[in-house]
Amino acid sequence: MTQRRRVVVTGLGATTPLGGDVQTTWTNLLAGKSGVRKLEDEWAQEASVTFAARVAVEPSEVMERVEIRRLDRSEQFALIAAREAWKDAGAPDDIDKERLGVVIASGIGGVITLLDQYDVLKTKGPRMVSPHTVPMLMPNGPAANVGLELQARAGVHTPVSACASGAEAAGYALEMIRNNRADIVVTGGVEAAIHQLPMSGFASMKALSTRNDDPAKASRPYDKDRDGFVLGEGGGVLVFEELEHAKARGAKIYAEVMGQGLTSDGYHIAAPDPDGAGVTRAVKFALQDAGIPLSEIVHLNAHATSTPAGDVAEANALANALGSDISHVAVSATKSMTGHLLGGAGAIESIFCVLAMYHHVAPPTINIENLDEAVTVDVVRDVPRDLPKGSIACLNDSFGFGGHNVVLVFRSYEG
Amino acid sequence: MALTQDAVLAGIKEIVVEVAGIDANLIAMDKKFSDDLDVDSLSMVEVVVAAEEKFGVKIPDEEVTKMATVGDAVNYIVANGK
Repeated sequence: MTQRRRVVVTGLGATTPLGGDVQTTWTNLLAGKSGVRKLEDEWAQEASVTFAARVAVEPSEVMERVEIRRLDRSEQFALIAAREAWKDAGAPDDIDKERLGVVIASGIGGVITLLDQYDVLKTKGPRMVSPHTVPMLMPNGPAANVGLELQARAGVHTPVSACASGAEAAGYALEMIRNNRADIVVTGGVEAAIHQLPMSGFASMKALSTRNDDPAKASRPYDKDRDGFVLGEGGGVLVFEELEHAKARGAKIYAEVMGQGLTSDGYHIAAPDPDGAGVTRAVKFALQDAGIPLSEIVHLNAHATSTPAGDVAEANALANALGSDISHVAVSATKSMTGHLLGGAGAIESIFCVLAMYHHVAPPTINIENLDEAVTVDVVRDVPRDLPKGSIACLNDSFGFGGHNVVLVFRSYEG
Repeated sequence: MALTQDAVLAGIKEIVVEVAGIDANLIAMDKKFSDDLDVDSLSMVEVVVAAEEKFGVKIPDEEVTKMATVGDAVNYIVANGK
């Protein structure tokens, strides 16, 4: 039997509430800064929730006006992050394009375009609806636009599983390379849903924090007084590459993508299974797929969105899955700083995992004033924590409305 | 007052600059929308709707398919405008 094709990360790109690129985002993440701010939009002033985590750098600052006009905001984020990631990977443009794939997810797709054009329809009539409406609102638009720019011909895909979408995309990309469909896959997740309608919908579900008087303190995973998540926007893109392919061209290797575990709850459309059985199984499958012992896992980037039910269910599930070996796992809830990027979350958190493995440091979790006693995992609070030297591995878990559970495993690459 | 060719060309230039972000100096009667000006079939719809608004002329779909160059569009609007 031939050995399984190994997959490594050779490029990173992001535009997030903490920065317009990976370096700025990572620096602010380690510094424990919050990207959550009061919204300036007129509609937000009368809303029940008046804050969110907008991107730190507006796309119009780094893109041509005409490009902006033809792309939904989610597609703009995807192109900005993909361009940075591709350049970071050394822009391997001479790759056979039939061996180049794209898997970029979004939880909701071009919802802002959909709503804006509905306003045009109602106020100006059907003739004035933009011919770009459909390519801008389709959820596969971000992946398709990146695929077009890079001329990827191995396949362009968009898994949709709400807030697990970005992580599911990474898992799909891993399999594309393992299955020998591609040598390089550009993968990630984006979201642009800071708009009155989706925010009202989340608010009606009582899913959003209403801490209007103190936005920067609103996202507080594991804190006793957490009252919901903070909506964020932006996205992240990673370049996955077959190991020998990366070595042959002398690419910088950040980390190795070791495995994934996927399960579904079959429990409720939005609420997490309080037993977390689906999460426990996903962690076990991911570790099996990665083929590494639990003792090597030293870090976890948790889904932990700051909702009362979700954080504890997740922590319990992890404790179940990891058993007595949990004490050496440094848990970070980076949504405390970035807010929740929905379909972009799994992607930027995969980037954080990759950098944590590369730099041997776990980012902090901010805003925990009183740790919820039900949380039994070892949370990295307020300041970053150094991780052991040598070969280390970490988990990134993401869950989505619908009961989707995705767990990814990354390992430091020691050459 | 009838539309002059110069006036219509100037108006089309404005529209193409807005829709496709092309330098106005590159837009001339002999330029092809798709090959020279980055106006694909979707953006052409935008150009046509904007031209109809600007010049108060109706451009039927079958005429749009015949408009390969800026000159084709300008001449149609001059001939059919009020």
